[in-house]
Amino acid sequence: MQVQTETPWRLDHIIIPLILFLGFCAGMAEWARSPDWRMVVQGWTFAGCMAVIGAWYMWMYSGRVPDDESGPYCDTVVKAGVVAAMFWGIAGMLVGVIIALQLSFPNLFYFPDLAWTNFGRLRPLHTSAVIFAFGGNVLIATSFYVVQRTCKARLWGGSLPWFVFWGYNTFILLAGTGYLLGITQAREYAEPEWYADIWLTIVWVCYLLTFLGAIMKRKEPHIYVANWFYLAFIVTIAVLHIVNNLAMPVSLLGSKSYSLFSGVQDALIQWWYGHNAVGFFLTAGFLGIVYYFIPKRAQRPVYSYRLSIIHFWSLIFIYIWAGPHHLLFTALPEWVQTLGMTFSIILWMPSWGGMINGLMTLSGAWDKLRTDPVLRMLVVSVAFYGMATFEGPVMSIKTVNALSHYTNWTIGHVHSGALGWVGYVSFGAIYCLVPWLWKKKLYSNALVEWHFWISTLGIVLYITSMWVAGIMQGLMWRAYNDYGFLEYSFVEVVQAMHPYYIIRAIGGAMYLAGTLVMAFNLWRTVSNGAPEISLPKDMIAEPAQ
Amino acid sequence: MIHGWLERNSILLLIGILLVVAVGGAVEITPLFWVNGTVEHINGMRPYTPLELEGRNIYTREGCYLCHSQQIRTLRDEVERYGHYSLAAESEYDHPFQWGSERTGPDLARVGAKYSDEWHRAHLADPRSVVPESIMPPYKFLAETPLDYRDIRAILEANSDVGVPYSKDQIAHAKEDLEAQGDPNAEGVGAFQKRYPKAQARDFDGNPNQITEADALIAYLQMLGTLVDFKTYQADAPENRR
Amino acid sequence: METWTFDEVLAFAQSWGAVYFTLMFVVVLIYAFWPKNQPGFQRAKNIPLDDEGA
Repeated sequence: MQVQTETPWRLDHIIIPLILFLGFCAGMAEWARSPDWRMVVQGWTFAGCMAVIGAWYMWMYSGRVPDDESGPYCDTVVKAGVVAAMFWGIAGMLVGVIIALQLSFPNLFYFPDLAWTNFGRLRPLHTSAVIFAFGGNVLIATSFYVVQRTCKARLWGGSLPWFVFWGYNTFILLAGTGYLLGITQAREYAEPEWYADIWLTIVWVCYLLTFLGAIMKRKEPHIYVANWFYLAFIVTIAVLHIVNNLAMPVSLLGSKSYSLFSGVQDALIQWWYGHNAVGFFLTAGFLGIVYYFIPKRAQRPVYSYRLSIIHFWSLIFIYIWAGPHHLLFTALPEWVQTLGMTFSIILWMPSWGGMINGLMTLSGAWDKLRTDPVLRMLVVSVAFYGMATFEGPVMSIKTVNALSHYTNWTIGHVHSGALGWVGYVSFGAIYCLVPWLWKKKLYSNALVEWHFWISTLGIVLYITSMWVAGIMQGLMWRAYNDYGFLEYSFVEVVQAMHPYYIIRAIGGAMYLAGTLVMAFNLWRTVSNGAPEISLPKDMIAEPAQ
Repeated sequence: MIHGWLERNSILLLIGILLVVAVGGAVEITPLFWVNGTVEHINGMRPYTPLELEGRNIYTREGCYLCHSQQIRTLRDEVERYGHYSLAAESEYDHPFQWGSERTGPDLARVGAKYSDEWHRAHLADPRSVVPESIMPPYKFLAETPLDYRDIRAILEANSDVGVPYSKDQIAHAKEDLEAQGDPNAEGVGAFQKRYPKAQARDFDGNPNQITEADALIAYLQMLGTLVDFKTYQADAPENRR
Repeated sequence: METWTFDEVLAFAQSWGAVYFTLMFVVVLIYAFWPKNQPGFQRAKNIPLDDEGA
């Protein structure tokens, strides 16, 4: 039955089902033929995902015009991204708390007969779930929202945005279950194996097409700067992903592959990838959020547009060089180390340029920070961004790095960026988006206050404990006694970490608790919040309860 | 005006981003592929034996690299604690490299031959039985799981495809070599040691009846950092100073 | 391709990398401060505030 009036024949309605069908066949082939039981499970999982998405696709597009194609913008897919982000965020943070407890109480939280519960398998699950699953869904949802609003155009490709959403989350599921089974490339933050990498490449090209398509159809003459950041994120992640994951599979019916590069070259490529995953996934993408959501929420334009342009180009240019600071004093040639260190220090400038631009947007409206906890969360995220991007260059100075590298200081640094910057800017954006998308008034501002203060306290506990632990660890490793021998054995240093690991676990649990409060608040907003009658700016004027 | 043109054209913005990003990466990374300036030539390096390679696969599978580095930096305390600083050549056959980024546990670049096989067995099965303060997870299942090495030949071939210099002979005898290294009574030990000079063949897991995952992992751990002949390595030679 | 030594590759990459970097930065500065571009920026700045929100 054909009710659609626009075109009887659409390319996306052929290509997407075809991709899903081929994916289903590939999954079934692995399931039926692979001699490797891990790959059998992965094949089954993938084929299952393809079948479910295919069924959903038929239900959604046969015989009716879905909401995303009748309204001015595709917003249902943005809603889906928000829900997925909250789900993965809670899951990822929970795994983080579990592995923090494992390091604090190994006798209680390790299970000798359950290989999949060990730290080595859960840790990539934690990092991938919070970075790629939570962060990735936030980026997909916000970029879809922002590009449509700032270009006054719909996402390109009909049902393509939905394929991006489902395809990306299939990748997440495949990668996450793979880690538990023991499937990994053993490259930090690039653990998924070759077939998952190929699938992500397909999905990512579709992401680029649907995003770029909206920009090309735009009704504004200028491309708003938030979209520059999102575009740089999408394009650069594609380049990094492809180069860093070049590998030779042992067999098309097995999960294992060997990277194309080895040793020193491999190390540099991996940290070129790893550092720029921070630079372009966790920074450029989320700066796109800053440049749209802070002005929008504060109802003031960004402080300086000129500064935002300089910020953009210098940030992306300088970031790309800074990777070698992960490899100081190693077998990497000296000149690369020095180059990496130099650019890491220069990187401080564009980072703070961006921070100043974000913070100064509030100038003349600072009082809003007192009354609007959502805006406060967004602004505090920018402050954490400033802190982490100051700490980063300091840690890349060789003499500091000699002490900080391999220690918990690095973990503390990462989490001040992850919890304070990426987490808060995402929460702020989601607190904005849910009322806007569902057209409901936020259920409770008081709960946002609770979320803010519980999680802020959690962050403080987390990063201070890791600073103390890290510096102590570094000093103990290099301490000499009066006779000129090393003062401490390695395990004495491990023992000294114990109280800090416990404080860290408490801090992480508090952060998770804040996120649960948020999820409750959002759920109440959507399920029985009061309908929003006016524009969001009126909501801001309301004092906190 | 060129700038207005640029800002209005999304494709040009895309190309601009690509140019900026690609050049930075290329300038930094490509010179490293002129290997003579990057990796020194030293005596003793050889590709992993089939059993060691399987052990390395278990090392990566279990995510050991997340807590253990394999890269001793050129700092006095590290050299005194762990041994000679790591050389580029020592990871030239590592696909992927396992230098790591954290030392929740100690560096393992030169852990080979520092402890006995018995110690490793006990430590892997229950780390706190030998080091009470340890926070390492238990790997009891390794000694209980027979090693699946049906595809060992394909594994060597894949490594050879990405540049590890395995000979035709080594690839052809991958399975025999693996069995010979894990079972000192096997017939092929002599041939194995001819193909992999100085490689150690013994029953690593204390269970002569089968080759387990513990055999492979311990074989790998026991050779880490032991290959280079530091008697003939000259750190001050110009080709070794980068 | 004639064969290059490691040091030649290195010198080329380092010197031209620096030139490229500087040029890039100058072009961006000119673009950001070019007087003719300012009205466009002023307009762009307000894009997020112009849309209807939801």
